[in-house]
Amino acid sequence: MNAVLAVIRRDLLLAMRRKSEVFTALFFFVIVTSLFPLGLGPEPALLKKIAPGVIWVAALLATMLGLSRLFAPDHADGTLEQLALSPAPLGLLITGKIAAHWITTGLPLVLMAPVLGLQYDLDAGALGVMVAALLLGTPLLSLIGAIGAALTLGVRGGGVLISLLVLPLYVPALIFGAGAVEAHLSGLGAAGHLSLLAALLALAVFFAPWATTAALRIALE
Amino acid sequence: MSNRLINWFRYASPQSFYPLAGKLIPWFWALAALFGLTGLYIAFFVAPTDFQQGEGYRIIFIHVPAAWMSMFIYLVMAFWAGLGLALNTRLSGMMAQALAPTGALMAFLSLWTGAFWGKPMWGTWWVWDARLTSALILFFLYIGFIALQAAIDDARRADRAGAILALVGVVNVPIIYFSVKWWNTLHQGASVSLTKAPTMAATMLWGMLIMALAFWMYSIAVALMRVRAIILEREAHTEWVKALPEVRGSTS
Repeated sequence: MNAVLAVIRRDLLLAMRRKSEVFTALFFFVIVTSLFPLGLGPEPALLKKIAPGVIWVAALLATMLGLSRLFAPDHADGTLEQLALSPAPLGLLITGKIAAHWITTGLPLVLMAPVLGLQYDLDAGALGVMVAALLLGTPLLSLIGAIGAALTLGVRGGGVLISLLVLPLYVPALIFGAGAVEAHLSGLGAAGHLSLLAALLALAVFFAPWATTAALRIALE
Repeated sequence: MSNRLINWFRYASPQSFYPLAGKLIPWFWALAALFGLTGLYIAFFVAPTDFQQGEGYRIIFIHVPAAWMSMFIYLVMAFWAGLGLALNTRLSGMMAQALAPTGALMAFLSLWTGAFWGKPMWGTWWVWDARLTSALILFFLYIGFIALQAAIDDARRADRAGAILALVGVVNVPIIYFSVKWWNTLHQGASVSLTKAPTMAATMLWGMLIMALAFWMYSIAVALMRVRAIILEREAHTEWVKALPEVRGSTS
């Protein structure tokens, strides 16, 4: 457990030293969500309807941006090999790296989303549901994305390829995440969607680090 | 028992599988032609016109088998990929690689014929319905698998990375299917099921099943041809490939 905390601390420290990367993803998220009203027109009723989908799609894309940098620098300078050789299980260390990725890319999105939701005329209840859904959904995105990042490590055109591999796998998160807000807005209650998101998250926490580790071992050979 | 095991593993080596595949291919092509012609004859001349959908329904004789095959081939591909990952056999990865384009073709065919069927029946080429959407995502998964394998130069690494992707995909396919299903459903319910009597005429059902067999045979034949080409490509440095009459003839 100490090793996991050490990995998280190290990755957070590295992220703090290069703040621009964190802010690039965050501002990408803000800019993309701000572009939609410009393209679709400023009608509040329409914007309110598309808000959950727009914010979720923007969150997917913003999470994708940082994925190719998840393992690549460590792979280039040999840190990844040292992690693989360390006495702590690689799967745990990778879980730590994924957690750090979520804290630097996912968590800022969750915190920023209510402000963007206000631009789309969402009320307080809907904003709360959206934050809850993003809080459950963005770790899921980081976990699934890590598999794609590990598979494309050191591969030609990895950055574009990763989106091809990962985006289809993001579909359930998108459906339930955006669906939670829509269900709340239509008066159905978001509990079902949120439970399903939590179930997916539990599955991913169990399986994704394992698949990521297997993929990394292949890349390290 | 040990004798049988040895026999099975004998064909796990590309060298002994290559001639076996060569011998099997004409048979599968013949069966594909036989079933295909029979199925098409039933489809066009024997099966009655549907009282609701008219002649347009006849596209299901291509559409349904293609959709079945697209899902089934993904499972088979993941099976070979998993086997290759677990037992570290070279041929398994080659089989997975050989199946992927056929699976993608089937997924594409099912989407394309579905669009042709949807235009007269629903009045639109495309609806965001659960089955259509999950077929589309299955197509994307195939494309991702093919792209990943193509991007990695080292063939063994490509096999193993592809295997992990295929297995992750197989876990995800049911999740994607149900998530999309709860999201939206307009597609007509499954007309063929194992638990209750089918709601279509017997001749239609037979035509469809025979067409499914034809698609099956075609897929096997094409996958075997492709795996032979992959074997030749990857094993080009070995003596037995250099000694093959077809290789000697082309290089000299």
